Order: sequence, then C-alpha cells, then structure tokens
Amino acid sequence: MAKGYSNKYIFIYASIMVVVVALILSLLATLLQPKQERNIRLEKMQNILASINIEVEREESENVFYDYIVQTKILNHEGEEIEGDAFEVDLQDEIRKELSERQMPLYIAEAENETYYILPLRGAGLWGAIWGYISLKSDFNTIAGANFDHASETPGLGSQIAEKHFENQFKGKKIFDQQGNYRSVKVLREGADPDDPHGVDAITGGTMTCNGVSKMLYDGIKVYKPYFYKQKNYE
Amino acid sequence: MSENINNNKEPLFSYKNKKLLSNPIGKDNPITIQVLGICSILAVTVQLKPSLVLAISVVAVMGLANVIISLLRNTIPQRIRIIVQLTVIASLVIIVDQVLKAYMYDVSRQLSIFVGLIITNCIIMGRLEGFALYNKAWPSFLDGIGNAAGYGAILLAVAAVRELFGAGTLMNVQIIPDIFYRIGYENNGLFILPPMALITVGVIIWIHRSRDKELIDAS
Repeated sequence: MAKGYSNKYIFIYASIMVVVVALILSLLATLLQPKQERNIRLEKMQNILASINIEVEREESENVFYDYIVQTKILNHEGEEIEGDAFEVDLQDEIRKELSERQMPLYIAEAENETYYILPLRGAGLWGAIWGYISLKSDFNTIAGANFDHASETPGLGSQIAEKHFENQFKGKKIFDQQGNYRSVKVLREGADPDDPHGVDAITGGTMTCNGVSKMLYDGIKVYKPYFYKQKNYE
Repeated sequence: MSENINNNKEPLFSYKNKKLLSNPIGKDNPITIQVLGICSILAVTVQLKPSLVLAISVVAVMGLANVIISLLRNTIPQRIRIIVQLTVIASLVIIVDQVLKAYMYDVSRQLSIFVGLIITNCIIMGRLEGFALYNKAWPSFLDGIGNAAGYGAILLAVAAVRELFGAGTLMNVQIIPDIFYRIGYENNGLFILPPMALITVGVIIWIHRSRDKELIDAS
C-alpha cells in the first residue's frame, strides 16, 4: 500500500476516482433505463391481470393485457370521468394531492362473461411503500381478487403480503355490510372468522405491514364510493 | 529452462492458495470465529430462498471487490483507503443491482433491500482492509470467494433451521407433513423473530468449537 503521499496526490486521486465512478454508474444507468422501465411496465400489467386471477408470465402480459382490460378511466372525487390515460397515472403523486384534485385510475376488465372493476391502491407499510390492485365484481361490493406488492417490507415476514396465500384470502370478501355501510376489509392480527366478510388473517411477525394493508384498503377504496353509487343508480 | 520458470511461479492452486479458499469456510470462518457480518444474518435468515440469493450476491461482490482493491493497492493513499474501499464496494453493488433490474428482474425483486445490506457487510470491508490491500490479485480473489462462501454457509444453515422450525417449510416447500400438525405439532413462532438468529448462530459456534478444540479461547 502506498504510504506518505502528498496532499496533492490524495486530492487528485480522490477526484479522479469520483469522476470515473460517476461516469461508469451514470452510463450504466442510462443504458439500462429503457429495459428497466419496460420491466416495470410489464410487471404492472401482470399485477393488474393477477388481481382478476389471470396468471400470465411477465413477458406475455403486454400481449394479452388489452384482451382482458376493455376500458380504462380516470375518475375525479365525485366519480366523474376525466380526460387522460389511466395507465400513466402515478398513484404515488396522486395520493399526496387534495382529494378534489386527485386523479383516480380505474380499469374495467372482462373475463369469462363477468365484468370486473380494478382499483389501484397505494399506501405505506413498515419500511416503505406498499401497493396493489383489488378487483370488484359488478355488484361493486364483492372482491374478486387482490394483488399486493411492496418496496422493502421485511423479507419472510411483511413481504408475505405479496404471496398467494395472503392475497387469496380476499376473494369473496365484501366492502359494504348488509345495511350498505362502508366497511372495507381489515387484516386482523388476532385472526379472522372464516365467515367474517370484512376480515382476513394477518401474517405472524408482519403486523405493522398488515396494518398498512388495512389502511391502504380503507383509504384507497373509499375514494371510489361516489363512482360506485352513480353506477348503481343507473342500473 | 521451462522447468525453471515453473519453479519460480506458484501454481494457481498451490497448497497456500487452497487454504485461502478453505480456511474461511471452517477454521477461520468470518461469522463463527471472527464474529463479523452478524447484522445481515439477523435480518435475512427467516427464509432459505432470500438467504441463498444474498449469499450468491455476496460471493460475486466480494470476489470482485477484493480483485479491484488488490490491483489498485499500490496507488491507494493510506489516509483515504477506507473511502476508496467503500466507493468500490458501493459501486459494485449498484452495478449488480442495475444489471439485475434490467436483465433478471425477478431476482432483483427477491433481493430488494439486501442490496443495501451488502454494502454495509463488515466482512467485505474487513477482507479488503486485512487482505486485498497487501496481496496480489489472484490470492485476493480466492480469499474473497472463500470468506463469502464461509459467510454464505452459516447464512444458509441458520436460514434452514429458522424456516424449518418457524414455518415448517424449506425453500417455500412444505417439509413437515400435515399429519404432524393434526397430532398437535405447531410451528415455533420464536424462530421467526430476530433473537432466534442470534441463538442459532450461538449454537453453531458452540458445535464448531466443541469439534475443534484449537478454537477454544483460553482466556
């Protein structure tokens, strides 16, 4: 190891190192960006399809996406349709806005003669963001399927929200009770009665993440209520 | 003539070089003997699969970082050597992460937060500081791979124990048969929690030392 170098040498050495490393990293990031963005886009399509229980490979998802998704909409807080491409709406920005300014994407899918309404959700877990898609049957009440994902939940604990055994619990649950009050679905630490239409079992060791899921569902579905009421009145 | 040259040059896998590779897996294991890298053991060993991915990533990063630092060793000024080491490790980890995101997206989803854990893994910096700065590239490479493998072996052992007793599975495949659960067997929730990683490592250290008396610290 080189010893006793002058300050000048050290400064030049450090500067060159920083420039070289910065060049390599930025070059790499620029070169790989299109591929990475494509992966993210395909995964989003895959996740949306998974919420109506259509399982496809990520590479395939682009080809079949519009076979199932028949309509996309952006709604405002009064449940009215506004202009724009729903797929491009970034929920991360939207959930920070005032309710009256918020754009809410909605995907309408058809599979096996059933119509599904897919709502994108986003919230906070224990360490970082969690997000997902939940699909409702045309009664705007029964959940047909759910798909969750996370940025950095604890591996093996909170990260299990993205696994099938957790997601499948949501099938058939209801977001309104029999009197028509909004109840959402809660993830219950103490475990849910299988007959409880508004509760599912939490993950052992993942309570904080599960609380995040409950809150994300409650807040995320609530904002679509005006649209649901409108649709029901038309029928 | 040719014999002479061969005599002067050390073979690639000489006894000494093999020791560099095998010692850290047993006698000089970074976790059980040097007690480095415990932090990441606590965090990721709930399940076997992420542990495996992390172990492989650490092998790659550590082998490369050792080689790079070893090649640069005669130019690195003593006073900023830690910064240079950190820069090399962090850059390698970012490169690995970016490439995975583009070409092996599923693996990168698995890795998620472990990438950061690799940067802070004390073993990597320990080997750069303790070995690569004073040795040629090839021995440094072997030393890096050996230490990463030693780390990985313990990681996998702890993860296997914790996943098996905590969840009854290995690599997400059910191992403990259903009939056990019907009789009244239950998964032990304690194994899922971080303290059990420490206890498991402790038990491994205990077994390791009781088999190899040389390792017992007289003091």
